[in-house]
Amino acid sequence: MTAASLTESLSLHSLQSGGQCVRLAAGGAWTAQGAAELEQIVEDAGARYRQARSVDIDLQKLERLDTFGAWLIERLNRTLAAHGAATRIVNLSESDRGLIDELRLVNRAPAPAERSANRILSALDAIGRAVAEIGRSLLLLAHLLGALTMVVMSTLARPARLRLRSTVHHLERVGWRAAPIILLSTFLIGAIIAQQGIFHFRQFGAEVYVVDMVGILVLREVGVLIVCVMIAGRSGSAYTAELGAMKMREEIDALRTMGFDPVEVLVLPRIVALVLAVPMLTFLGSMAALYGAALVCWLYGGMTPDIFLARLREAISLPTFTVGMIKAPFMALVIGLVACVEGFEVEGSAASLGLKTTAAVVKSIFLVIVLDGFFAMFFAAIGM
Amino acid sequence: MASPEPVISVRDLVVGFGAATVLDHVTLEVWRGEILGFVGGSGAGKSVLMRTIIGLLPKRNGTIEVFGRDAAALSGRERRAIERRWGVLFQQGALFSSLNVQQNIEFPIREYLKGLSPRLIEEIAVAKLQMVGLGPDVRKKYPAELSGGMIKRAALARALALDPDIVFLDEPTSGLDPIGAAEFDELIRTLQRTLGLSVFMVTHDLDSLHAVCGRIAVLSEGRVIAAGAIETMLASEHPWLKSYFRGKRGCAARH
Repeated sequence: MTAASLTESLSLHSLQSGGQCVRLAAGGAWTAQGAAELEQIVEDAGARYRQARSVDIDLQKLERLDTFGAWLIERLNRTLAAHGAATRIVNLSESDRGLIDELRLVNRAPAPAERSANRILSALDAIGRAVAEIGRSLLLLAHLLGALTMVVMSTLARPARLRLRSTVHHLERVGWRAAPIILLSTFLIGAIIAQQGIFHFRQFGAEVYVVDMVGILVLREVGVLIVCVMIAGRSGSAYTAELGAMKMREEIDALRTMGFDPVEVLVLPRIVALVLAVPMLTFLGSMAALYGAALVCWLYGGMTPDIFLARLREAISLPTFTVGMIKAPFMALVIGLVACVEGFEVEGSAASLGLKTTAAVVKSIFLVIVLDGFFAMFFAAIGM
Repeated sequence: MASPEPVISVRDLVVGFGAATVLDHVTLEVWRGEILGFVGGSGAGKSVLMRTIIGLLPKRNGTIEVFGRDAAALSGRERRAIERRWGVLFQQGALFSSLNVQQNIEFPIREYLKGLSPRLIEEIAVAKLQMVGLGPDVRKKYPAELSGGMIKRAALARALALDPDIVFLDEPTSGLDPIGAAEFDELIRTLQRTLGLSVFMVTHDLDSLHAVCGRIAVLSEGRVIAAGAIETMLASEHPWLKSYFRGKRGCAARH
């Protein structure tokens, strides 16, 4: 009985395989470090000695043992036992006994069966769930709108209930602090539209109509749309993330248990701030866009500001301006509602927070565009 | 016991934030195979010391030796090799919320031990779960669906995933009911014995200190003012130790 090459860092030697009795000696360090190699050794041994009647696993030469090694020994033990061998673990040191005993009990229960579903069925399942999800999110939107209306009613009855400090705080964040970037982007949009207009209208000698185009486009559509897209990305996402984080840390539950209505405390100030801020930003943005357009007309199209203004006065009327401004608060309401709904929908995980924030931005931009379409039909119908 | 072998030795460690000095020349050793309880008032800097040892906070001065190597002099590769040999149980568990419990435990195994078969990884993960007393029904659950005690257990299983030599436990029994806390103490002791762990345990739980800690170190005013067995603490005449160990709650824990 010679144990050959125990200098190897890890090994499993058959010391004695007379007849159907096998004595296996494990040597070296049976630890996580060599687990991949050990697994192979154990698999091979399990296959090679499947005929054996009795197997002794000798741990005398073992240098170190951890959970990985102990589990692999236990696995070998079970494999051989399953093939009908009487197995024994011998020369187990006192310090390793606890670990081996512990792993005896482990992995006995079969793994819970994974549901292997039909591929077509699971695709249909996913589509069905997605459709149901759309319905559910519309329902949640309606629910929050209803709850908000109730709160607005009761606040109108008793105006002191409006959280003024919180509203002003949010107004500063979504209005005042958003102003510079909104001014800059709408300024550029106005300039670009004017430049493109001049470039193409010049071919027909109709450069002067650029003013009509810019004026109507900016005041009716582009000004409010650009502002809403920026606000949805900037402030809507922030609302969702804030409310979501509060939901995750049970702050919203805490509010509820203290007898506060989260819609009144959290949603109302945020949405009021948005509904106030977006029209103001739309006004600022439209002016910045017109300013950019006038600048381009002057520098690129050679049209002096006097002419631009005179032309603008002829091209647009008050309704052109009011159409844009009327749309702004409704769009703000949609952005705010979607952001808050998604925020309340956040569940425990960090991934869910990211998912809902993305959903809030995508949904609110989409709904803003849909709403804009409805407004276009409405204003056309009433002749504005 | 012959002269104990330190797995971690901290000498003259100074850590501070801005003008405040939180740890002022702290010297402390953690010995192989012991459970060291680390106590101190709230805000005394217990967690700061733990986080400095595991490298999450920068130190101002002093040396930290881990497994006999100066932590500051390690290369990136050596540092990772050492990080593999410790496990950390954070106070809130810090389970990855986007992975289920089994995936949480498999994560370090998968990342550090390349070439293991998926079957082995899964078996080891389930074994670890069972060792910390969690049944197979918990495997597919997400951290948000677990109770506080289950989170602690799952996080302990993750800390033990790579069979570390030392585990750091940051208030392991805080937030558990007394029965759960006692079970957790017992669990730590069993695991420490079966796996031959060294345990560095930040705790406020006097019952834990009595039940499982072989040695206790006390941090006060930025220094380790005492280190030794519970009997030494009880016999001490230092006013802070007296009120900590022999106050009303301390007495209750002893009986």
